[in-house]
Amino acid sequence: MTVKTPSKLEKILAAGHLAVTSECGPPRGSDPEAITHKAEMIKDHVDAINITDNQTSMTRMCSLAACIRLKLMGLEPVLQMVTRDRNRLALQSDILGAASFDIHNIICLSGDHNSFGDCAKGQNVHDLDSLQLVQTVRYMRDEGKFLGGDEIKRPPEMFVGAAANPFADPFEIRVPRLAKKIAAGAEFIQTQCIYNLDKFEEWMKLACDRGLTEKVYILAGMTPMKSAGMARYMKNRVPGMDVPDELVKRLADTPKEKQAEEGITICVEAIQRLKEVKGVAGFHVMAIEWEEKVPEIIERAGLYPRPKVV
Amino acid sequence: MRLNYPTNVKIIRVPCTGKVDTIHILRAFEKGADGVCVIGCMEGDCHYNSGNFRARKRVEQASHLLEQIGIGGERVKMFNLSSGEGPRFAQYAVEMTERVTALGPNPIKLARKRAAA
Amino acid sequence: MIVADKKPIEEIIETTRNFKRLLILGCNECVTVCEAGGKKEVGILASALRMNALNQGREVKIDEITLERQCDHEYLEEIRNVVDQYDGILSIACGVGVQFTAEKYQATPVLPGVNTKFMGATEKRGLWVERCQGCGQCILATTGGICPVSRCAKRLFNGPCGGSGNGKCEISKEVDCAWQLIIDRMKALGTLEDYEKLSPIKDWSTDRAGGPRKVVREDVQL
Repeated sequence: MTVKTPSKLEKILAAGHLAVTSECGPPRGSDPEAITHKAEMIKDHVDAINITDNQTSMTRMCSLAACIRLKLMGLEPVLQMVTRDRNRLALQSDILGAASFDIHNIICLSGDHNSFGDCAKGQNVHDLDSLQLVQTVRYMRDEGKFLGGDEIKRPPEMFVGAAANPFADPFEIRVPRLAKKIAAGAEFIQTQCIYNLDKFEEWMKLACDRGLTEKVYILAGMTPMKSAGMARYMKNRVPGMDVPDELVKRLADTPKEKQAEEGITICVEAIQRLKEVKGVAGFHVMAIEWEEKVPEIIERAGLYPRPKVV
Repeated sequence: MRLNYPTNVKIIRVPCTGKVDTIHILRAFEKGADGVCVIGCMEGDCHYNSGNFRARKRVEQASHLLEQIGIGGERVKMFNLSSGEGPRFAQYAVEMTERVTALGPNPIKLARKRAAA
Repeated sequence: MIVADKKPIEEIIETTRNFKRLLILGCNECVTVCEAGGKKEVGILASALRMNALNQGREVKIDEITLERQCDHEYLEEIRNVVDQYDGILSIACGVGVQFTAEKYQATPVLPGVNTKFMGATEKRGLWVERCQGCGQCILATTGGICPVSRCAKRLFNGPCGGSGNGKCEISKEVDCAWQLIIDRMKALGTLEDYEKLSPIKDWSTDRAGGPRKVVREDVQL
């Protein structure tokens, strides 16, 4: 796949390296230190850093501002944009704002329903859905036009991604859904965090058989478990999560003070196994509020140092 | 059976308690009744299938409303028995009378007297 | 039909407390079907409000009228001769009826007695469910007769999202995932290959976003 933007992430993927991205959640306040501190911890071990957008519908510093912070640090941000909170005017506007700071990566999501967060009484917008947002960014970039049809002066040059959840229901349309996202214009995919490696490999195989992995870069989502309690919680309480019983058992059988360490090991083992899976183009390591562990995971998984691209 | 039951219990016969609607209960209180009991067949034995279930729901609705407007939801109650159970009827009548006596007269009656004065 | 639910009686008592002559105006159509504002409900509300007023030592005359509908001029005309007898009307029709009555009888305060909820259907007695939000551009032909605008919590046109689990929406186990329903329907109809067609960006200008709406049919206007 040819490189279409100045995105460093795109260049690394196009060169055939396994890319590594990670995630930072902005603070529920205005202190930039909260972002810069987390970014400092992981910056040498990842190619790009996602900034989440009002995750779980809790009001936070906006993704765009935090991405600009990263850019000012000389790092490569991935702007996460949900369609829950902004209409098409604001979405296009924020895209231009990001482009004005030469932010070259965007991932388009629907966003968790606002009833989960601190604004359950507010309106949710959903003017576009996530696939229509992907189409919009591609249109702004490739046609150089606004949705309304007018020309954009200095169109955004953004590498466009979408999310995929191989474990959500219904399973039978999870690969057609991937095809749909590619048809909408997605160029990279970050998946929901993976614990059921067998099921993930099954999904990857179906995607490969359809030739989809030739058209999109798939980054496997990885989140280390901190404890058996966390494993149980994710298994039972988080929608769209598939945590095998063996994993919970493995952690439960570990003495409490060693469970975090075991969780990291499980994560590293998973990365090492998935590195060999055809079509996996990289990893998206989400260690929310545990960012200090990211370097260790990347190093133990044999993904350090990160490649340099021009 | 000529059993004794309190004289202040006025009986209104209906073919099935399903015929009793919420408004009938409320009107009784509007006209000054101190209490209303709806007496129907044992649940599952309703001759018309679900008449007594409907009555129960309506009694609940009336009770809730009476509570909210300060008349007292305890003044209306549903009882179930089979038509042969004379003694049980008398027992319920006594129970209801005691209950309503304890609650005192319908506040509407007092309010009307005050308004007339 | 339009589905509404009764307002809490405390709220009604509060908003009508200053009226000495009150008319409770019901409607024989939608609110009768959803048991919120029909003749029966008018009677019950009137009785309850009378007793409440008496109990509080207030004198109030409460009358009961149920019109065929409150969203048509000709039915609202039926109360023209009696409107002056009241210093307030409590309309327990849907929000449309309340407004139409208020527009017609501008000298009399008209208050709502129900909360109008949505356009929906009677799934069974005592359970009414939302089915339509009046977006103005019906796409049911493309989704197997299931509406993503009214039944998907995120009104996705290319769903489902990653939160769909066991056929239920992420917001509650009691809410069906609309896209699961659509996919099941497409399977039953043998049109699942249409799933991959991208649904275009919605024109919301026919929805409330475009401003208050009307439908004009010059072919039937005289």
